[in-house]
Amino acid sequence: MCFPQSTADVACAVQVANRFGVPFVARGSGTGLAGGATPLDDALVIVTTRMNRVLEIDADARRAWVEPGVLNLDLTRAVAHLGLHYAPDPSSQQACSIGGNVGTNAGGPHCLAAGVTSAHVLAVEVVLPDGTVEILGGLGPDAPGLDLRGTFVGSEGTMGIATRICVRLMPDPPEIRTLLADFTAIDDAAAAVSAVIAAGVVPAAMEMMDAQATRAVEDFVHAGLPRDADAVLLVEVSGLIDGVTHDAAMIDEICRAHGARTVRVAVDAAERALLWKARKSAFGAVARIAPDYYLHDAVVPRTKLVEVIRQVYEISARYQLIAMNVFHAGDGNLHPLLVFDGREPGIWDRVHAAGDEILRVCIDAGGVLSGEHGIGLEKRDAMPLFFTADDLDVQARLRDAFDPDGLANPDKILPRGSRCGEVGAIPAGAWV
Amino acid sequence: MSATMAEELREAIAAAGSVVAVGGGTHSGIGGPVTGAVEVRAPVGIVDVQPSDMTVTVRAGTTFAELDAALATHGQECPLDPDEPTATIGGTIAAGLSGRRRLGLGPMRDYLLEVRFVTADGREIRGGGPTVKNVTGYDIPRLFVGSLGTLGVITQVILRTRPRSRASQWFRATSSAAEVRRALFSPTTILGGPGTVSVLLEGDPGDLRSEAATAGLVPSDPPQPLTGTHRGRISIDPSLIDALAANLATIAGLDRVAEYGVGTVHVATEDPEGLGAARQEAEAIGGWLLRIAGAPMIDPFGAGFPAVALQRRIRTVLDPTGKLSPGRVPITEPDDGTQ
Repeated sequence: MCFPQSTADVACAVQVANRFGVPFVARGSGTGLAGGATPLDDALVIVTTRMNRVLEIDADARRAWVEPGVLNLDLTRAVAHLGLHYAPDPSSQQACSIGGNVGTNAGGPHCLAAGVTSAHVLAVEVVLPDGTVEILGGLGPDAPGLDLRGTFVGSEGTMGIATRICVRLMPDPPEIRTLLADFTAIDDAAAAVSAVIAAGVVPAAMEMMDAQATRAVEDFVHAGLPRDADAVLLVEVSGLIDGVTHDAAMIDEICRAHGARTVRVAVDAAERALLWKARKSAFGAVARIAPDYYLHDAVVPRTKLVEVIRQVYEISARYQLIAMNVFHAGDGNLHPLLVFDGREPGIWDRVHAAGDEILRVCIDAGGVLSGEHGIGLEKRDAMPLFFTADDLDVQARLRDAFDPDGLANPDKILPRGSRCGEVGAIPAGAWV
Repeated sequence: MSATMAEELREAIAAAGSVVAVGGGTHSGIGGPVTGAVEVRAPVGIVDVQPSDMTVTVRAGTTFAELDAALATHGQECPLDPDEPTATIGGTIAAGLSGRRRLGLGPMRDYLLEVRFVTADGREIRGGGPTVKNVTGYDIPRLFVGSLGTLGVITQVILRTRPRSRASQWFRATSSAAEVRRALFSPTTILGGPGTVSVLLEGDPGDLRSEAATAGLVPSDPPQPLTGTHRGRISIDPSLIDALAANLATIAGLDRVAEYGVGTVHVATEDPEGLGAARQEAEAIGGWLLRIAGAPMIDPFGAGFPAVALQRRIRTVLDPTGKLSPGRVPITEPDDGTQ
């Protein structure tokens, strides 16, 4: 394990790994949930936590250069006095690093309107798997040739290690309105989500908590959430005053038309912060129910939310597990939480079996394996559920182009044997 | 696409010595000339519009005009905004030139969710996925935006859509582009040419009025895109636009319009030498100029490709014999032995 403090240190570590043919794994804060930064065998772990400086802030150009170990929330705090913020806001934003966010192409509640990490990274300085340093992307809108920046973001350390990142900063919206709608049936809440989108309103965030989650959070945070609700929707709209007023009125009307008992509007910044604290504390609150949880991440088309949530409950009931749902409803990004006591004999088998079934249900509904956590180790072997052998072969080839020797975070993302050796044979002399 | 069509396309690509995908022909001036390649066309048609998911599945041979009309019936759009509405979706994505609403609505690459393409050896591949948020595997869709037909023949894509704005109005500014940018919260476009600044605002009608008043904007007609036999597109750090514009102003007969906040500067001229001169000015301060049309004597790209060895490896692993659009991009030339 090593703790580099500069690009040169990282390059040196990678070069040493190359010299001895040792695999290496980049690691930020270690908050990832898919095991992307978990070292296998004797891999060298390159930890970026000491590279934690905000290098340059350009308020006029609305961008900042940061080192990978800068924490997500620290970046937003560093630019807050300029009326700017960094938009991707994972629930772990107090602890997760920008480098890790780049690695997983992290999301967060406010990515519904603002887009995920990839939309907020202008350039990345990368130590490539052979130890050379390149800047991918740039300050200009388009770099010549292929979009290497876009390809690198989300590559979970398999295409090199980010050592400096230029991120886009967003101006703080002049007006924000946060609404909490309370439903007696989760199906109605899910239908309201689709109806809002279909009506042409794209909120800044649209989050859902089911009955279990709402009660757990309320007992923990005391934000005044209705403990008897079957689901609550937390919706935020932001921007200019007339647009915000219009959208908030539409959301209010649509929620009520879909059976919302009440629609509460946060009266001030303090109440808004409290409602968000409730949402972001959900995973901590779970500990009040049982000591362990397994958090899933999958995305389904928004229109399939009702059907998929119902199946999540059915599956978890069959495996005698408690399921809680706290998720980014606006973009169909489900986060079913299976809550349990890990000391119970045989429980882990049930948890994994239920998780696999939930994943299959999401895929069958036209969804994908992960919305923002990544594939890492956790979902690596599920990749064939979504991609054909040929699809995976192309991804393996792309990875080979970045890392011909296979030393950068091997055995993550792609299952072994993804490369179809027998097709598309490479002619002698071709540079591969 | 029907099974037969897909099969025929795959076979045609696999069998050909070299292949070029042809769309509406509206981006044919970009990159080097492709000669002697078998021309193939992507299938046509809109497969599925999902307004409640804000996504659309469309075959790559469909024109932007047809897609836009189909989405308009649902009050939505996908702002790829090619210069010519007869451009196909596949060609527009392969060219990768974001439209002039990029400042407010984001670059083209943020709208492509899934790409299906046929590889050089005739396999049909899917990259990305149908949902608006997805990190399942590598971001193949972004790799295809601007790939100029060198990685595969795009057959079908899934695009993210957005609601059409309730109001949309062009304005003429009475102050500098930089001042306008500071005064406005989320302008869709700020275009600065010699002596003029044009602004497009979209959103709620009331917000448009108050924003326009705050920034001293006067309603105007939409500015016309630049015309000229020889055209180019400069990409530069947006904070250097004014510095670049001052230098471009010294080139006789060169029209220019800059996208403030983005860093795209469009240039056009009747003098082919003028495009080369504009390129020199751009490169002198760290930008580069992509030839869009005309000026056959100048290099299509100019500046060296960053991480060229990596770009070449990506191309080689996907198209080992270099049969896709040979000649269009320098890195597709036969390997000269250098890395």
